[in-house]
Amino acid sequence: METTDRPKKLKYMNPYIGGVLLGLVLLAANFISGRGLGASGAIKSVVVASTQAVAPKYAERTKYFKEYHEEHSGSPMKNWLVFQMLGVIVGGFASGALAGRLKFKVEHSPKITSRRRLLFALLGGILFGIGSQLGRGCTSGSALSGIAVISFGGIITMMGIFGGAYALAYFFRRNWI
Amino acid sequence: MGPLAVNDIISPNTNFLLAFIIGIAFGLVLEQSGFSSSRKLAGLFYGYDMVVLKVFFTGGVTAMLGLLFFSLFGWVDLNLVYVNPTFLASAIVGGLIMGAGFIMGGFCPGTSFCGAAIGKLDAMIFIVGLFIGVYIFAFGYPMFETLYKATPMGAQKISTMLDISDGVFALILVVVALGMFYAAEWVEKRFPREEY
Repeated sequence: METTDRPKKLKYMNPYIGGVLLGLVLLAANFISGRGLGASGAIKSVVVASTQAVAPKYAERTKYFKEYHEEHSGSPMKNWLVFQMLGVIVGGFASGALAGRLKFKVEHSPKITSRRRLLFALLGGILFGIGSQLGRGCTSGSALSGIAVISFGGIITMMGIFGGAYALAYFFRRNWI
Repeated sequence: MGPLAVNDIISPNTNFLLAFIIGIAFGLVLEQSGFSSSRKLAGLFYGYDMVVLKVFFTGGVTAMLGLLFFSLFGWVDLNLVYVNPTFLASAIVGGLIMGAGFIMGGFCPGTSFCGAAIGKLDAMIFIVGLFIGVYIFAFGYPMFETLYKATPMGAQKISTMLDISDGVFALILVVVALGMFYAAEWVEKRFPREEY
């Protein structure tokens, strides 16, 4: 056994307890609003709202935005997931503050540069953004919330996300291990 | 009784306030579980840290069982709980693209906001990417539309498709989850790990 002298400031919660708490949060969301959790939906709201603000004429005649308004009533920013994601930022910050983890940094494997990490973060974000629209939700909105209500589409999306990442893990291993 | 907002037991504005509070709890749990760290998340795909699998499936199973029991007790009408509709082709393709995004970017959307909240610059850049991706989809929608709307199957539940009750499916999923937890604990012992 190796022992390290590093002070242990980072102590994460037991993952199974974390999971039960996550499940209770998801249960509460369903009980209160009749829908699960989500993250990419809030981004979609901001994209719709910002496009309408900057180029209202374009948004009016473009199909994506028209369809959004057929499915959603009211202002895109007055949306359940927008409020929920604002909460996530507050909750994440509070947790980081309590655990002493607030720090500006680029987290990456010692084998790669910060620049490379940031480039891949950008590319990964772009792909995840596109994929979340096709999948009608991301890991939270489609996969996790889908399991809770036994949704076929949600579980298929989940298998796609994890399957896709495993299939490509070999090619990107230098970024992580 | 539930869902409260659907049954007009709470007002739309109360519903938004509760969304914010639920979001705070969501963010706290994600961050406390270590989901603000991309290296911890990516551990799932290399076997050195299986926290994503453990938290994700414990969470999914807990919520699923909770909803089934709430329904049994008459606390929630499952017919009023939203089941995301299935569009098979776009669910598969979208999922795979998200998988590529996950292994390259190290986050998913929810976790990236958590990481950004504690100062992770890689998470902030990932969020910039997310916005670019959704803008690409919105502006290039005609290009994606055929795939997006292909093979609609409605609000399909797996239990209905397999012709078994929700309870039996839940039991199967619990057994599968326990098997995966056992495998995850075994895998973690075989790979060196450090806390980030």
